[in-house]
Amino acid sequence: MTDTPVVPVLQARGLVKRYGQVTALDGADFDLMPGEVLAVIGDNGAGKTTLIKALTGAVQPDEGEIILEGAPVRFRDPLDARRHGIETVYQDLAVAASLDIASNMFLGRELRRRGLLGTVFRMLDHKRMRKESARHMAELKIGLPSLTQAVETLSGGQRQGVAVARAVAWAEHVVVMDEPTAALGVKESGQVLDMIRRVRDRGLPVILISHNMPHVFEIADRIHVQRLGRRVAQIRPGDHDMAEVVAIMTGALRVESGKDAVITDQDAARAIGLS
Amino acid sequence: MTTTTTPPGPSLAAGPSRLRRALGTPTLGPLAALLLACVFFSLNSDRFLSGGNFSLVIQQVMVVGTLAIGQTLIILTAGIDLSNGAIMAFGGIVMAKLAADGVVPPLVAIAIGLLVCAAFGAVNGLLVTAIPLPPFIVTLGMLNVVFALTHVYSADQTVVNLPAPLTALGDTFAIGGTTVTYGSLLTILLFLLFAYLLSQTAWGRHVYALGNSPEVARLTGIRTGRLTLGVYTVAGLVYGIAALLLVSRTGVGDPQAGQTDNLDSITAVVLGGTSLFGGRGLVIGTLLGALIVGVFRNGLQLMGVPSIYQTLITGVLVILAVTVDQLSRRRNR
Repeated sequence: MTDTPVVPVLQARGLVKRYGQVTALDGADFDLMPGEVLAVIGDNGAGKTTLIKALTGAVQPDEGEIILEGAPVRFRDPLDARRHGIETVYQDLAVAASLDIASNMFLGRELRRRGLLGTVFRMLDHKRMRKESARHMAELKIGLPSLTQAVETLSGGQRQGVAVARAVAWAEHVVVMDEPTAALGVKESGQVLDMIRRVRDRGLPVILISHNMPHVFEIADRIHVQRLGRRVAQIRPGDHDMAEVVAIMTGALRVESGKDAVITDQDAARAIGLS
Repeated sequence: MTTTTTPPGPSLAAGPSRLRRALGTPTLGPLAALLLACVFFSLNSDRFLSGGNFSLVIQQVMVVGTLAIGQTLIILTAGIDLSNGAIMAFGGIVMAKLAADGVVPPLVAIAIGLLVCAAFGAVNGLLVTAIPLPPFIVTLGMLNVVFALTHVYSADQTVVNLPAPLTALGDTFAIGGTTVTYGSLLTILLFLLFAYLLSQTAWGRHVYALGNSPEVARLTGIRTGRLTLGVYTVAGLVYGIAALLLVSRTGVGDPQAGQTDNLDSITAVVLGGTSLFGGRGLVIGTLLGALIVGVFRNGLQLMGVPSIYQTLITGVLVILAVTVDQLSRRRNR
């Protein structure tokens, strides 16, 4: 892996984040390769949320560095990360409920009318925003009844579709999805997974944070396993089964290098059906 | 979500049906209520349906209506302002006293009054954003502070003998035989201005987004602290304009003015269909809400109903309006 010329899109080296006595990140590394769906998994308290927050500017690490397209970066806040082309879809369906779809797509980045109407009267170009929104929705094959509809009238899956389309529309380098299916039913989850595939097929790498192992195995090209504030393994779903991955996550199994999995805790391994 | 295999056609941007969307507009209820009230009172009083009477209604509601513009902005951000009547009274006294004492030219006195009101709004906004404190508590405290300041500064004296520019908005002009005050015109223009700002500018979209969820707004890159501070400051400036309207209408600087106007402005906002939970509503609805109160007061008065019943009916209307809002929210969930 070290001799491949491919430059990771987003990298982190030795990230440390402490909250008082608690060390949320303890020298965490991270690599996202071009065009892949990378799942980030880990038990509660493993530091995956803090890792993602550090990568998206919501948290500033105490130590370590973040490298975007080969260049070190430092994000002051989420807005800064967005300016660098990293867009995040949050788990709680982060859309403004009473605004329509086009307004949500362009929230914080509105288009103004050309000429005096835009410069002096600050008038929004609703028409152009709707047209652009329709184009983005169509590219991701998200069918919606109407772009002028308030987002609150949509189903959970449709709302998530709006959030994903917005992220994809603006993301230059990376789309981060934090538990995008957590609030959704089975069918809608499937639709969101399809959407993630389409994003990847457009060449945009996706970081997927998920607790849902079947979803992770269905869609991820690689899995980053976070444990006790560090990355303990990077694996391909084909090389391990779900039980093994859970074992790695909980520390019952350790991956040294490549595919060799070493059982470190016999009792724990037995408990989840490995021996 | 319907994931179609073919890209959705132009129907995507067209909308379900104009009628259904129109029925969904929150101003429809208030508009219907206003029209029904107008029909009812024209049937019960032959003096109700005249240009002169409408002009009078607008004059009666313009001060509270203008205060309610600021109140609408704040309520859209899921806040509330209990101090607007008090701020207006103080602004009015400042304008009147400075001008009447001849300390500064009248126009400068007006400008200072406007700035003082904007400054009180800004202090509200700072306390709400920087500490942060709940708007209800901040503005409740500010209500008392400003009320006291008004009485200290005016020494409880009504300021009289105001120079002409302070009462200019009370002057009238005629539209087809109906006399209208410049103040009424200014109020209508302010409503149109804020309707434009809220629906046609990014700032307006951000106010709604903030009211929907501060967290969502922040994550989409909106500087929520600055936006909130801006909203309270602009509201303060609007209260300053209300102060000028008040002074021009009464012709004096009255330290006792505006004591129930905070609640009356909330009444107008709520009757106009704006949700007290933030993020939903239109400033034109607030105009309708203010007019509903004005029309009921005026109509009942013309019918000879004692004024205490006018208050009673206003109260019932407010509870009805909030009930409608609450029920429609539940349906949307």
